[in-house]
Amino acid sequence: MSSGRVEVTKHGAPGLEVIGMSKRFGSLKALDNVSLKVQPGTIHALLGGNGAGKSTLVKCVMGFYHADEGDIVLGPKQVTVKDPREARELGMGMVYQHFTLVQNMTVLENLVLSRGKVPGVIKWQQERQEVEHFMATTPFKLSTDAKISGLSAGEKQKLEILKQLYLNTKLLFLDEPTSSLTPGETEEVLGMLQAMVRRGELTIVLITHRFREVMRFADACTILRNGKFVGTGQVAELDQQRMSDWMIGSDQVIQTASRKETPSGSVKLELQELQAQGDSGVPALEKLTVSVHGGEIVGIAGVSGNGQKALIEVIAGQRPLTAGQILVRGQRYRGTRREIQMHRLNCLPEEPLHNTCVGHMSVTRNMAMRKFDQKPNRMFGFFLHNGRLRRHALDLIRRYNVKTPSPESPIRNLSGGNIQRAVLARELCEPSEVLITANPCYGLDFHATADIRSQIMEARNHGAAVLLISEDLDEILELADRIFVIFEGNLIYETSAAAADVSQIGQAMAGHSSAEELVHA
Amino acid sequence: MSQSLGYWGVPLAVLGGILRLSPPFLFVSLGECLTEKSGRINLGQEGTLVMGAMSAYGISYLSGSPWLGVLAAGAVGFILGSIHGWFCSRPRVNDIALGIAMMFLGEGLAFYLGRGLIQPQAAQLASVNLGWWSHQPEIVAALKINILLPVGLALAVIMWWAFRYTRWGMIVRLAGESTDASRAMGYSINTIRFLATAIGGFIAAIGGAFLSLYYPGSWNDNISSGQGLMAVALVIFARWNPINCIYAAVIFGGAKAIGPALQAAGYSSYTYLMNAAPYVLTMVIMIITCSRTRAWVGAPAELGASLR
Repeated sequence: MSSGRVEVTKHGAPGLEVIGMSKRFGSLKALDNVSLKVQPGTIHALLGGNGAGKSTLVKCVMGFYHADEGDIVLGPKQVTVKDPREARELGMGMVYQHFTLVQNMTVLENLVLSRGKVPGVIKWQQERQEVEHFMATTPFKLSTDAKISGLSAGEKQKLEILKQLYLNTKLLFLDEPTSSLTPGETEEVLGMLQAMVRRGELTIVLITHRFREVMRFADACTILRNGKFVGTGQVAELDQQRMSDWMIGSDQVIQTASRKETPSGSVKLELQELQAQGDSGVPALEKLTVSVHGGEIVGIAGVSGNGQKALIEVIAGQRPLTAGQILVRGQRYRGTRREIQMHRLNCLPEEPLHNTCVGHMSVTRNMAMRKFDQKPNRMFGFFLHNGRLRRHALDLIRRYNVKTPSPESPIRNLSGGNIQRAVLARELCEPSEVLITANPCYGLDFHATADIRSQIMEARNHGAAVLLISEDLDEILELADRIFVIFEGNLIYETSAAAADVSQIGQAMAGHSSAEELVHA
Repeated sequence: MSQSLGYWGVPLAVLGGILRLSPPFLFVSLGECLTEKSGRINLGQEGTLVMGAMSAYGISYLSGSPWLGVLAAGAVGFILGSIHGWFCSRPRVNDIALGIAMMFLGEGLAFYLGRGLIQPQAAQLASVNLGWWSHQPEIVAALKINILLPVGLALAVIMWWAFRYTRWGMIVRLAGESTDASRAMGYSINTIRFLATAIGGFIAAIGGAFLSLYYPGSWNDNISSGQGLMAVALVIFARWNPINCIYAAVIFGGAKAIGPALQAAGYSSYTYLMNAAPYVLTMVIMIITCSRTRAWVGAPAELGASLR
């Protein structure tokens, strides 16, 4: 079983071997005889699309799930992991895609609580000294008395990792750790971890779908597809084309709609000095001004929490403006149903299940939400024409390839990609004048992502004004004609897509706006 | 009556009223504060308060010891809190709906079991006279305090300290802030919230004992007049901070004291209007705090999660 090489580095970072692991959820085979071999003191990337089984594999190792078959060898010995607590005792730890920090507590309180063994009466002075002393031994620096709610996404991610190091984790699983970080923060966080790995203090398994990170930071990688092992190798010996073929399956070709040259249309959406408050009463938008022409995609990049949520809610009519106005096709727009229908303004927000669907209502009803009150869909001006709505839904389900057991299934039972497709079908089944979309591909796999992006491009090619708010810089670079960066509720940087410079956009996302500041920095 | 003090009689009477009327508010809001900190709302505190008042009065009458009555009230509150806590730990049980049911259960039970207690006079809790230095009978009367008042103040300080400096306090806060984080750290959400609700019931019921054994010092159907429900508003007003519960209780007690104080000073025309002051205050506080943007500042994140 052992390869004869070192199983543990001299600083205690173990290797990991998973042999023939299978896991079944009902009739779905989530993992099918998957093996994984991670050398001690390396960064091993685990690549694959949605539903490839990456998270399931890691969760089986961490004891969240119990594998049906398969062995785990940690360092020199075979282990069984009953639950996450046992995994922790073995020196394994995991950083999740979503933060697990307690928002209303401080950095210090979070770290002390995470330890599990908390004394009856806590001596904060002593704890603070110990934590600060420990922090000095790591590359991560955070203020111990800062509240989590006031930290940036990058700082939270650092704290999640710091928490694992504080718990003396030697084998660290990172689940898409950079999805909410700027390119600069990604470089910083992964760079620090890479240095620790090089010194032999840590072994890392990195779940990701970003090739850039794999090429830049990983030593080896393993690729899964549909719950099966597809390939593995040293990153130095693999190229991106090979990995992406493995991930997608070379037999499948992804169709992307291409950008058509469109004549510059008239301004269809104008946001004038928008101001709004966030959930906690602090200003979320500060005099945000932008206009979008027909036949163009304006991309707004930025780290989450800089006003994106308020921006889309204001346009969707879900949050009141405190100042400023929205003009659609030259007319004042207040988000009433009449205005929405008249201007054909459509909205595809992130997490549509929570933001624009009623989860326990059927797919049919959810698809009818834009139009159920309009002429052919109501009888005698009062009764819903359910047969017509059902036929409409069936048509959309077929055209947009929504996988649902039936049009009567509650929409929340669908997978993320299919909910997104269902909402997209509802919003785009008729030509749209203005399309607002935020992180439309968040959490979706390759196919769904390519599909949805091509639909957005299609809407643009047909002359819609598209406002794309996204935390995924690659998405913005792929789709947008003009790119803005949002920071603390305002747009601080503008560039055309043709002249876009990733490092400058990254700087702007971190709050360095003017060229002058860049020079001084 | 107030000739010797003139207009000073009114603020003095209000001060005296605060000392007599605030403690029930303080105890109920501290109990509710503890429960809500763990991430659960107990709207049944009104029932707990009334049951506490009835059982304290009954036990004091039967045993002759008012302190035994206070303990009995606490025990009954603990049991009512436990029932709420246990039902809420079942899947798909809504704490708000159950709380309303518990409120009616508590009131109904108290009125039923306490129907024989309206006539007899139970032994009352003794008071400490802080007005010994004065010869003015009004001052002496106003500055009488019950020993439960300093107990409540100390409890507020202890709870504030415990939330900050003890493991148990941290665990309760953790349960209120994040179910996931608590589970990830191996704590049982249901156990924590069960205990927080039961102990919260214990504390709230002490407020009931104060009502029936000190002021107004008798048992009747109108003994609480909604103070248990107002506790929910108090906790919001106090931003889930036990120390602030003291200020909130003083304000509500003061509002309640205005009517009787004016009446005692001879202004009787607006008595009924003035007696409505605490309810008006509750509404004003709800309106001020229920703005969309500010309502949940400082609130435990898991609180009312089923409603959002």
